[in-house]
Amino acid sequence: MPGIIEMFFNLDIMRQSLPLLLGGLWMTLKLCAVVIGLGLVGGLFLSLAATSPRRWLRWPAMAVIDLMRALPPLVLLIFIYSGLPFAGVEMPAFAAVAIAFLLNNSAYYAEVYRAGLQSLPRGQWEAARATGLSMPQTLRHVIIPQAVRNVLPDLLSNTVEVVKLTSLASVVSLAELLYQANMARSVTYNSSPLVLAAAIYLVLLWPMVRLVSRYQRKLSI
Amino acid sequence: MNRFLDTFFAPQVFARYLPEVLAAIWTTLWLGVVVIVAGIAIGLMLACLRAARKWWLTLPIVIFADMLRALPPLVLILLIYFGLPALGITLSGPLVLILVLTAVLAAFAEEIFWAGLTALPRGQWEAGRATGLGFVQVLIFIALPQAVRMGIPSLVNRSLAITKMTALGSVIGVKEILAVSSSAQAVSGSATPLTLAAIAYLVIFLPAVVLARWLERRFTWKV
Repeated sequence: MPGIIEMFFNLDIMRQSLPLLLGGLWMTLKLCAVVIGLGLVGGLFLSLAATSPRRWLRWPAMAVIDLMRALPPLVLLIFIYSGLPFAGVEMPAFAAVAIAFLLNNSAYYAEVYRAGLQSLPRGQWEAARATGLSMPQTLRHVIIPQAVRNVLPDLLSNTVEVVKLTSLASVVSLAELLYQANMARSVTYNSSPLVLAAAIYLVLLWPMVRLVSRYQRKLSI
Repeated sequence: MNRFLDTFFAPQVFARYLPEVLAAIWTTLWLGVVVIVAGIAIGLMLACLRAARKWWLTLPIVIFADMLRALPPLVLILLIYFGLPALGITLSGPLVLILVLTAVLAAFAEEIFWAGLTALPRGQWEAGRATGLGFVQVLIFIALPQAVRMGIPSLVNRSLAITKMTALGSVIGVKEILAVSSSAQAVSGSATPLTLAAIAYLVIFLPAVVLARWLERRFTWKV
């Protein structure tokens, strides 16, 4: 099996492509920071709207969440990246990717938060309000901390999904980890850069995946 | 407003590409069904094997499940589609897509079923064994039905998320909805085919999302 080593685990080629891949990794991390950071906040607001007793707030929020959950992120990305320019809206690849994944992920985070918010008994609200806390204070000091703690494993597992999702940015030629690896593959006619990229993703995400599994088991017992 | 309609809802472009997109919907649908059925079946099997609690079964299953949950599916798709031909193994685009997505769903399904199995109180196992049932019988008649029931909401959500990934097939030339409408967009020079694609996905997945929500509510109330 010299072929496999040569074509998939070629250390020379891996070493040569490493700087390129690290550059890509940096882009992946920047993308993750934007999408995860803003997604966590956007999702929280979306989930608050989706659990609001006010109909005019709840229905549009639910519609956005369902729409985003039904549309594959790649379709959304292609729509923003190659569809919107027809309407005169042009933007750099990074912005298109960030917007597409942000929309997608806010909806997913919102679903997670929503489960957390709904896991709290109404008495928590009533008790907080009865002690004189205002609505925003109740949210900040009573509701949100408990809701978030209840769904921490799901937030974590969704965050793993975001990091994996950023690999789709390679389709619109954003120079992130997978794109760089695939470039290196097509230049060297050798799959080792892709294997190296896979290894980098594993190093990044395996601990998080383990943690999610550990968490889920602890909660269920 | 008119310009907007012309760009995203041009009627003649719509009519011109509708048949192609409809055909692509079938491709997306059958790919999705194959992936869901095979992925869940394999995941269930793996969880059962893991229930035997033999380290030489557990170890490979855990490694498989961890790796496939940690790796972006697109990395695997590119690796298999572009890498394997170097070894003289050439697989078609749809086959690569099915293999990768099935494996990913199997990994997630295994974890979901396993979480359900470990959530059962030990007493259930002991009571089952005490009434004279064998290990396999307890597993099939007592443990699994409850584990499956507990896992249904997460399983439906996960299956949905992975079926949506059939759109990744567009990268390796599978003629599913996104691929067909992307090339239609390039040929026609209009964004309308992309609108068509978005509508097609909504038609397929919006009912599924609503169903998932209903299942979630139903099963969390009862258990």
